[in-house]
Amino acid sequence: MITAGIDMGSRTVKVVLLEDAKVEGAPALQFVVKGKHLMFPGDLDADAAADQAFEEALASAGLDRGAVGAVYATGAGRKMVKFATDSVTEMSAGAKGASFFYPSARTIVDVGAEEGRGIKTDGSGKATDFAGNEKCAAGAGSFAEAMSRALQMSLKEFGESSLRSDRSIPMNAQCTVFAESEVVSLIHSSTPKEDIAKAVLDAVASRVCAMVRRVGIDNDVVLIGGMVHNTGFVKSLQTAMGVDEIKLPDMPEYVSALGCALLAATQRA
Amino acid sequence: MIANYGYKDGSGEYYISIDTDQCITCPVGRACLGACPKGMFESMVDDYDDEVVHVKEQFRRSLAYDCAECKPSTGRGPLPCASACTPGAIGHSW
Repeated sequence: MITAGIDMGSRTVKVVLLEDAKVEGAPALQFVVKGKHLMFPGDLDADAAADQAFEEALASAGLDRGAVGAVYATGAGRKMVKFATDSVTEMSAGAKGASFFYPSARTIVDVGAEEGRGIKTDGSGKATDFAGNEKCAAGAGSFAEAMSRALQMSLKEFGESSLRSDRSIPMNAQCTVFAESEVVSLIHSSTPKEDIAKAVLDAVASRVCAMVRRVGIDNDVVLIGGMVHNTGFVKSLQTAMGVDEIKLPDMPEYVSALGCALLAATQRA
Repeated sequence: MIANYGYKDGSGEYYISIDTDQCITCPVGRACLGACPKGMFESMVDDYDDEVVHVKEQFRRSLAYDCAECKPSTGRGPLPCASACTPGAIGHSW
C-alpha cells in the first residue's frame, strides 16, 4: 500500500509518499520512499497549499490520488488538511520518523519554524514523554530568522558565522521583539556580527534545552526540523545539552511527514 | 506517556504534566474533568488509541492566569485537579 504523510507546518508543508515493500519471509515491513519530497509555503490558504503540495508530490512519483491508501496529517495545521484520512500529533509523528532513521534514539528534539519540542521515545518509535512551548516562538527557527534579518545576513551565513565566535554574550530578553532590540544595541556597540549570531543561537538553544530537560536527556539524541540546517544552532544545542553527539538525519524537515506516512502504513496495514 | 502542556516565558515556567498511562486505567472515573473550576481538561483518544485526558488547547498558552484562582499567594490549599486525581497523574510545575 502507498501511504502519504503531510506535515502541515506553520511555515511550510512537507509531503512524503511511501510504498511499503513487503519482503517475503522478512519479519518486518520495509519502507521505500516513493517520489520526491516537496516543501511548499504554508501560506494563508493552508488547505490549498496542502492540496498543491500533495498534487506535486503525486505527479513527481507518477501516481494519482486513487493509488494512495491513506493520508495522515500532522503539524500545527493538521486539522486543516481536509483530504487527510486521519491526523496524528507532532510528537507521535516525530518519534516514529526519528526512530526510523535512528532506532537507538531516546531523546528527540524537534525545532521547526514556530515551535520547538522535546520528545522521549522507547525505541519502538512510540512517544513516551513530551514537552513543548505552546506560547512563544523564541525557542524556534523564526526567532533565528528574525535575528538574521536584523543582522542583514542570510540564515546560512548567520549559522556559519556563529561558529567563528568563542564569546558568550547572554541575551536576557525572552521575547523576539525585545531580543531584536538587544541585537540592535549590540550592533550599535560595535559587537562583531559573529558574536551576536552566537549569542542569538545560544539563547535559542538554551530555551530549547530547558524544555527538553523537562522530559530528560538520554542518548541517543536526535535533532529534527528545519533548524538542523543551521550549523551554529546545532553546535550551541550540543553545548547546552552537554552531550557528545547529536544525530542529524539527512532530510530533517521531512522526518515528521515520514513518521506520519509510517504510522499510516502500520495502522492501516 | 508523560504529556507536558504549557510554556515558559519571561515570568516563569508553567506546565501541567499528565501521566496518560494512568488515565487509561483511571479508577476515579476521570474526576479531574469535573474538578477543575475552569473546565480545562477534556478526554480524548490519543494517537495510540488510548482514551486519555489532556489540557484543552485554548488554555495551554495561559495556564499562569487560568490556574491563578486555585493558587492564591496566601492560604493555598490542595489543587482541585490534583486532589481529584487520586492516582497522582496530574502535576503542576509551579
